[in-house]
Amino acid sequence: MKIPRLLQAVLVLAGVYFGFVLVFDVILDAVIPSSLLAMYMFFVVAGVFMVFTYDEDQTRELVAPIKAMVEDPSKRMWRNIVFVIVPLAAGGGTYLQMQPSFEAPVELRTIHPAPPSTAKIYGKRVNLLKLENPFRKIEKTDPEQFRALVNEGAGIYIENCQFCHGDKLDGKGPYADGLNPTPLNFQDIGTIAQLQESYLFWRITTGGPGLPKEAAPWISSMPVWQNFLEEEEVWKVILFLYDYTGHEPRSWGHE
Amino acid sequence: MMKARPITRYTTLGLFGLLVCGLGIMFTGFDLSGVLAAEYAPAPKLTAADYPTIAGVNSRVAVWIFAQLHLWFAAFVLAVPIFVFIIEVIGMRTRDKRYDDMAYEFIKVAITAYSLTAILGGALLFSLILFYPHLFNYLAVIFSESMFYYALLFFAESAVLYIYYYGWHWLQGGFRKWVHLTLGLTLNAVGTTLMLLANAWLTFMMSPAGVDGAGVFSGDAWAAIHNFLWNPINIHRFVANIAYGGSIVGAYAAFKFLTAGSKEARAHYDWMGYNANFIAICALLPLPFAGYYLAAEIYAYSQQMGITLMGGIFAWLFIIQAVLIGTLFLSANYYLWCGMGRSDGAKRYTKYIKYIAIVLVGAFLVWFTPHTLVLSNAELKALGGPHHKILGPLGIMPAKNTAVNVMIIFTALSFMFYRRANKIATVNWVNAGNAFQVALFTAGIINIMFLGIYHGYFTNTVYKVAASIPQVLTTVVVIVGSITLDSFIYKNAREVAPLHWGRIPGRAQYALFLLAVAFTWLMGLMGYIRSGIRQHWHVVDIMRDNSTEAFTPTLGYAANVVSVAAIIFMAMVIFVFWIAQVSSNKTLPAGYWKA
Repeated sequence: MKIPRLLQAVLVLAGVYFGFVLVFDVILDAVIPSSLLAMYMFFVVAGVFMVFTYDEDQTRELVAPIKAMVEDPSKRMWRNIVFVIVPLAAGGGTYLQMQPSFEAPVELRTIHPAPPSTAKIYGKRVNLLKLENPFRKIEKTDPEQFRALVNEGAGIYIENCQFCHGDKLDGKGPYADGLNPTPLNFQDIGTIAQLQESYLFWRITTGGPGLPKEAAPWISSMPVWQNFLEEEEVWKVILFLYDYTGHEPRSWGHE
Repeated sequence: MMKARPITRYTTLGLFGLLVCGLGIMFTGFDLSGVLAAEYAPAPKLTAADYPTIAGVNSRVAVWIFAQLHLWFAAFVLAVPIFVFIIEVIGMRTRDKRYDDMAYEFIKVAITAYSLTAILGGALLFSLILFYPHLFNYLAVIFSESMFYYALLFFAESAVLYIYYYGWHWLQGGFRKWVHLTLGLTLNAVGTTLMLLANAWLTFMMSPAGVDGAGVFSGDAWAAIHNFLWNPINIHRFVANIAYGGSIVGAYAAFKFLTAGSKEARAHYDWMGYNANFIAICALLPLPFAGYYLAAEIYAYSQQMGITLMGGIFAWLFIIQAVLIGTLFLSANYYLWCGMGRSDGAKRYTKYIKYIAIVLVGAFLVWFTPHTLVLSNAELKALGGPHHKILGPLGIMPAKNTAVNVMIIFTALSFMFYRRANKIATVNWVNAGNAFQVALFTAGIINIMFLGIYHGYFTNTVYKVAASIPQVLTTVVVIVGSITLDSFIYKNAREVAPLHWGRIPGRAQYALFLLAVAFTWLMGLMGYIRSGIRQHWHVVDIMRDNSTEAFTPTLGYAANVVSVAAIIFMAMVIFVFWIAQVSSNKTLPAGYWKA
């Protein structure tokens, strides 16, 4: 038996929708955000519409049941049922969307603050465009000393940073659950792997209060580490962050 | 006819000479500037009192809307002559009058838009002088020569355009046609030069050059023009303008198709719409690369601007951009698929459309997946943080580059199927040719995926960025190679049956409208971002904006301003379409005038 095209289209859409939910929420155990799923489904509907309507005959076949329901006198009962159910469903959906709840509204947060070209750090004006990690050059010239610096950085990290950012640098430290926004996950390919070391230096030393005014409020609880750590200590921590995660700091030259 | 020859020859030579002299004076003039250079003042340090308030008008919004409307029309009127010229050449070579008629109809639409461009340019100029006198004065001192020659070139542009348009039927056949084509070429040369000059002013505001840290002009105007972002913008705008112009004339053809009263008119405007869509797609395919180049150069110029652009405050507008670009690809493909109904032989290929659609939509979803997800508290808790282990990696550029290359390759595949739909190959190596094409596509897609995944996620950032180049080259090789091979396979091919122009559903015309609307909105939003990344600077790091409107507006506010401007522009475009139609209407009853 041939499945009517309208039903085919509905089945495809339902299949894709539940496929997303099944794959992400059940199999991968990584829930798909409802806002993203809504965007995905909008364009899946567009794609299904395109495939089902590019041909004139197939389009007629697709809309035939809808036309028949609206125009065919013998389908009066169905028409009345549909004409009641559809507005009720729309009204119910709107009610559910709009009813007040205790849930905090979702935020369009920007989590990539743009660095200023210069910043005042440790009492001096620093040009962030040219700033480099003073220990980075040792990586090739003196690997042994470099390793020692990384280890020092690791010690400083464990003493100061792991409570929030985690001992695996994955943003899951013991205090992480109490923070919103949650601490940054340095293992993520989209965080320090995309950035120059000067950017990290700026973020660590000036913390939440040093974030730029645009795209505020940042509501970051990152401390101003220049008040607690020495400049060299910060650079050593940065060496450790890249070393442990295996990421390379962003640079403009091939090495 | 022979008598007119010397006149047309002199006219053409005269105009061409004028152009050459103008350009010569312009560029040699820059060299003289060192001699002319007097003491230049530093960029003024303004206060809120230096910005006039006039009739309670919001100065930023006024300049914003005028600039945007001017830019839309300018993009259109600069682009149309480019492909009109190409179509005219095709018509001349093939001696197919339909091409000549179509080129004429396209330029007819542009001619009304041209005066609107000039009016809106005047409105922009006045509003800049009135609302931002100190900024305009500062820029005018640096760009005095180029602004002066810009004005002169505008005369040249008008003169050539009017002769080109009104002389279309006069300059037909033999040498006269060559004269006409020369005028077309001159028109494009002048138009492009105008665009390049205006681009220099705006890119100077983003990446100033030829001035010191205090904004004191060195006197070298060429240095100010040839600033860091000038060429990236030039390339991006040149390609985008063609795609945009194609989409607007496509909308015109769709409008005429839907209102056509006869079968012949429907066939004509269907053909016109197809060609317009073809132009738009041809320019759309390289456009993401031009955009990527521009963004990479902005990032290279200033990390701050780069992050503000795509990772910072404007990141969510970039998601809208991604959605609109995907919409352009989907609309263009849908139009091609609907167009296969013109051919009786299309059934052989339509069975593949659903697979192309799956790939396109899949790539599109990757293309617009944001890096920062909007999460409810429950989702945040379920994920254990804002990072999504599966979707997170799709939010960064290697995934986007891979997705857009795949989208481009499959759009090209749609186009190849469309071209094949009505043909039957007669060469005896058709199977080998097809097999090679399948191998080319497969190898190309595997290479793009490999480059995107391996270099995108397992190497240093510098290689991530660099990997985009072999990805683009792979796409180019696949498209050029397969289309070239196709032209050999289908050399002397049999036609299944004559194409049934006009046999296309009305909804395909709405895809053409969607193309034009999406392009317009996209240009508005992206234009705002390009300008907005200067943030509180008139000229970055040189001249601070201290007006009460110096703040970066919220995304919703900015999107509303752009949307209102887009609606105004669309209303004006409908007026242009209508006026182009009115000019050919004859409604006077017989016997009104005395015999």
